[in-house]
Amino acid sequence: MGSRAFLGVCGAAAAGIFSVALLIGNDYAFFAGYVVLQFIVLAQAWNILGGYTGYVNFGSAAFFALGAYAAVFLHKLYPLPLPVLIAIGGLVSGSAGLGMGYLTLRLRGAFFAIATLAFAVVLQTLVVNWNYVGGARGAYVIRPDSVWLVGSYVHYLFLLMLILAAVAVAIARAIERSRLGYGFATIRDDELAAEASGVPTLRLKLVATTLSGALMGMAGAPFPYYIGYLQPSSAFGLEYAVNSIAMPMIGGTTSWVGPLIGAVLLGSLQQIATVTISSAVNLLIVGLLLVGFVIIAPSGIVGLVQHGWPRRSAK
Amino acid sequence: MDLSSDLLANALVAGLLLGGFYAAVTLGVSISFGILDIVNIAHPAFIILGSYLAYLLNSRLGLDPILASVVMLPAFYVLGALVYRIYHAAFERHGQESLRGLAFFFGLLFITEVMLILGFGVDYRYVTAPYIGPTLHLGALALPLRMLMPCLTSLVLFIGLQVFLSATFTGRAIMAVAQDQLALRLVACSPTRIKRIAFAISIATTSIAGALLIIIQPVEPSIGREYIGRVFAICVLGGLGSLPGMLIGAMLVGIVESLTSTFYGPSWAPAVAFGFLLITLALRPAGLLGR
Repeated sequence: MGSRAFLGVCGAAAAGIFSVALLIGNDYAFFAGYVVLQFIVLAQAWNILGGYTGYVNFGSAAFFALGAYAAVFLHKLYPLPLPVLIAIGGLVSGSAGLGMGYLTLRLRGAFFAIATLAFAVVLQTLVVNWNYVGGARGAYVIRPDSVWLVGSYVHYLFLLMLILAAVAVAIARAIERSRLGYGFATIRDDELAAEASGVPTLRLKLVATTLSGALMGMAGAPFPYYIGYLQPSSAFGLEYAVNSIAMPMIGGTTSWVGPLIGAVLLGSLQQIATVTISSAVNLLIVGLLLVGFVIIAPSGIVGLVQHGWPRRSAK
Repeated sequence: MDLSSDLLANALVAGLLLGGFYAAVTLGVSISFGILDIVNIAHPAFIILGSYLAYLLNSRLGLDPILASVVMLPAFYVLGALVYRIYHAAFERHGQESLRGLAFFFGLLFITEVMLILGFGVDYRYVTAPYIGPTLHLGALALPLRMLMPCLTSLVLFIGLQVFLSATFTGRAIMAVAQDQLALRLVACSPTRIKRIAFAISIATTSIAGALLIIIQPVEPSIGREYIGRVFAICVLGGLGSLPGMLIGAMLVGIVESLTSTFYGPSWAPAVAFGFLLITLALRPAGLLGR
C-alpha cells in the first residue's frame, strides 16, 4: 500500500473512532481518549528519532512543554485558531530540536541523550522565571464553550488530536518505506559504515530531530486548552518523558506498529490505573514495564509476535 | 573592603564550597561514564537514595549523617555490583548498550524516584548534626559549617579515590579497562570483573554524596533530576576519564552558580550547568583535561 493510500486508511480509521466516541456520548471518553491519542503522537515522534536512528531523547517533556507554552504565549498575545497554534508549536519545537541536534549530534550518541535531559531542566528554569506566561504560578487558559461545526470544545480538541495522531502514524510509516527511512536505519545499525558509504548522516540526524521535535511540539500546543490551567510542573511532567520512551520500547521500535500498540496499551492501562489505583503507582508500573521489556524482550511486543520468545543464548 | 566586594568574595567562597560538594556528586559519574563508558543517568537517583538512608539512620538512631553514609558504603557497593551484573548480562554482552542500556538506566531512575515518593511522600526531609547551623567567620568571609563539612569530606573522598586509581593494581586496572581490554586479559585480569568493581565503587560514592546532599539542603525524591544535567556537565567539562579535570570543572560550575544566584537570583542557577555543557560540547568536546 502506498503512503497516500495509507494516509487515507488512517483518515478513515480516525473518522471511525470519532463516530464511535460520539456514539458513546460520554464526555469522559473524550477526555481519556485525548490523552491516549496524545501519547500516540508522542510515541511516534520519539520513535522517529529513537527507534529509527537509535538516538535517545530524554527531553520529550521539554519539546512537549515548548509547544504548550508557545500556545500560551500566543494565546495571551492575540487569539488565534487552535490549528494555527499547533502549527506554530510544531515550528518552535522543531527549531529547538534542530538547534540541539546541531550542537550535540556531531559527538557520540550519549552526549545527545544527556543534553536532552539537561535541556528539559533549563527550559523549565526559563519558564518558571518568565512571568508573561505565568511563571511558577502557572497560567489560566479560558477555552471557548463551543466551536463552529463540531460543537463541544472537548470534542473539537479530541478531533484535532485524532487528526494529529493519524498524521503522525502516516508520517512514521511513510518514513519507514522511503530513502530517508533506509538512511535512518543505516545510522542505527552502523553509523561509521553509513558515513563511509556516503550516507549524509549528520543531515539525516538533523532531519530526524527536527521532525521528532516538531511532532512533540504539535502534541503539546493544544494541551493548555485541554487542561485549562498550565503549570510548569504539569507541562514538564516526567510522565511525558517516560511514556514517550516506554511506549515505543514496549511496543517495538523498528516499525510504526510498535509505538501505536505501546501507546494504546500503556495509555489505556494508565487511564484505568489512575482512576482505580493511584497516579504514583501507575507511573511505577510504567517504569517496571520499561525495565522489564528492555531486559527480557528487546524487540517489544511486535518482536514477540513476529519471532516468539527470544532465545538469549545465541550471540 | 566595601559592601559589593565583600559580597563578591563571599559568593566566590560559597561557590568553592559548593564546587567541592559537586565533586563528590560527580565522582561516581566520572568513573562510570568517564572511565567505563556506562551512561548511568540513574546516578542522581542513587544519590537521593543515599540521602534518604542517611535521613533514616539519622532520625531513627541519631547517627551522624556522614558516619551513616560510611556505614552504608558496603550496601551500596553490593547494589552497584548487582546493577552492573544485570547491565552486563542484558546489554553490554550483546553490544546493545547504547539505546536499550540508556532506557534501562532511565527506568531505574524513574522506579527509584517513584518508590521513594510512595515510601516517604513528597515532603522535604532533613537531618540534624552539630555542624548544621554554626558559621565560621574569617574577617568578612562567612564559612557556613554545613557547606564546609561536605566540601572537606568530598575532598577526602576525591584524594582517596585518586590515590586508589593511580597507586593500586586494581585502580590501575580500572584506568586500563577503558583503553585496552586485551592487554588487561594478558595480565590475567578479567575486564568484566574490573568493570564490576569500578561500577560498584561509583555507586558506593553515591552513599556519601547523598549524605552530603541532605546536609546541605532538605531533600525530596524529585530533586535528583536537577543533578543529572549538572553532574554530566561537570564530567564533560572536566574531560572524560580525568578526575583532576572533574574537580576543576566542579569548582568552576560551583563558582559560576554561586555568582549567578547571588547577583541574579537562585531560580536561574540550574541553567548555568546546561550553558557550560552546551558550550563545552560545541567548543571543546574533550573537556579541560580530556584524553
